[in-house]
Amino acid sequence: MSEIKKTDILIVGGGAAGLSAAAEAASYGAKITVLESDLHLGGQLVKQTHKFFGSKDEHAGTRGYKIADIILKEIEDNKENVEVHTNTAAVGFYKNDGIVTAMSGEESYFKLQPKKILMATGAQERIIPFPNNDLPGVYGAGAVQTLMNVYGVVPGKKVLMVGAGNIGLIVSYQLMQAGVEIAAVLEALPKIGGYWVHAAKIRRLGVPILLRHTIKAALGKDVVEGAVIQELNDKFQLIGEPKKIDCDVICLAVGLTPTNEMLWQAGCEMKFVSQLCGHVPVRDAKLRTSHPDFWVAGDAAGIEEASAAMIEGRIAGLAMSEALGLKIQQENYGIYQERLDSLRRGEAGEKIRCGLGMAQITDWGNK
Amino acid sequence: MQLIKSHPILEFSHGKIVKFSFDGKDMKGFEGEPIAMALHANGVHIYRITPEMKRPRGFFCAIGKCSSCFMVVDGVPNVRTCVTPLNEGMKVETQTGKGTVPLNMEVGNNE
Repeated sequence: MSEIKKTDILIVGGGAAGLSAAAEAASYGAKITVLESDLHLGGQLVKQTHKFFGSKDEHAGTRGYKIADIILKEIEDNKENVEVHTNTAAVGFYKNDGIVTAMSGEESYFKLQPKKILMATGAQERIIPFPNNDLPGVYGAGAVQTLMNVYGVVPGKKVLMVGAGNIGLIVSYQLMQAGVEIAAVLEALPKIGGYWVHAAKIRRLGVPILLRHTIKAALGKDVVEGAVIQELNDKFQLIGEPKKIDCDVICLAVGLTPTNEMLWQAGCEMKFVSQLCGHVPVRDAKLRTSHPDFWVAGDAAGIEEASAAMIEGRIAGLAMSEALGLKIQQENYGIYQERLDSLRRGEAGEKIRCGLGMAQITDWGNK
Repeated sequence: MQLIKSHPILEFSHGKIVKFSFDGKDMKGFEGEPIAMALHANGVHIYRITPEMKRPRGFFCAIGKCSSCFMVVDGVPNVRTCVTPLNEGMKVETQTGKGTVPLNMEVGNNE
């Protein structure tokens, strides 16, 4: 391992939040290095075929995979300031000297010494316990999206979707766009968690959404050949008779949890906030954590939507540039904050607002 | 390969077709795309056999985080095939157990 790579801002994760932060900070002249563990930039955006909601400022009405292109094009304008490493993961932070180790591919390592670090590492999928949940054919919803929407591979013939949140509903529709049959969508809760518009799209096509139902087991010897499902009562106890479902893929859309191991490693103050779906760093409104050189944005800060991740990325990009002493557009703070607030208004934003109430502090003072 | 033939929204632009082997069988895939995706397109769903319980495993997260898709690639065990690009002539094998340290080979570029 030879030289240590110096950079103003290290952005870990080239998805919705990370790319937005890169675009913002690069426009003020910061030298940025982006590490992306996948083979290409764009994160979850490139897997979305549906048109986004929300505000025009966050590209509402544009399909997810095209939004990634828009942000990448913006970065292109300041490309001399942005260095991108794909297939490269940040694997460690050393508190004593502020060095980050990165792994490129499976075998090659290098070191970075950034002045500021943004963790825009996104989320990882949850799994639920049931017999045979490790059989090939039990896939995370994100994995199914990668397979079919990024690489154009047919995931299977017939899919049982577990979870009727937005991801379960959207991926069910995406599977149908790819010509795959949906056996059913299961939801343990008595109501659909995702937006009605997504649910209506698949209901109109005749897909059953079975509320108060859970998966009891996956069937099959070496790969998934079916599943057993059963009804639940209000106390989530099994009732009625178990039913066999014919399927060759079981897709789990049972939630995400923030990915933020390196924030733990850096000693950032972390807090378990159930509304944000796991442990998250305590941060101020400009997304700075308790460590003066670490920022966070997007799902790593708490599970929310891509639109919010993009704005958080902007705010973090702005704040890191300011912390570097660069001349920034101060009024952008207010503009971005207003957009975030507007996304989080109303009933749909209640959970997030409540979670932020626990994870956000007003000011770090001299810390 | 089991590829999506027509899609209402997306157009897939694949790279060059390359040959690789899976457990000695010749297969075709697209250069630079993840090994795991190429295998799935070829109908291969079992990527490794677990060390303790001898259970078959395929991929799960497809973003390089869960370790489910570890395989032996060109003699190197525990390769995350969901984020490792496919190249011409790659030798991909089902991994049984924890894998063994590859001896007598040139590894890495950590000079």
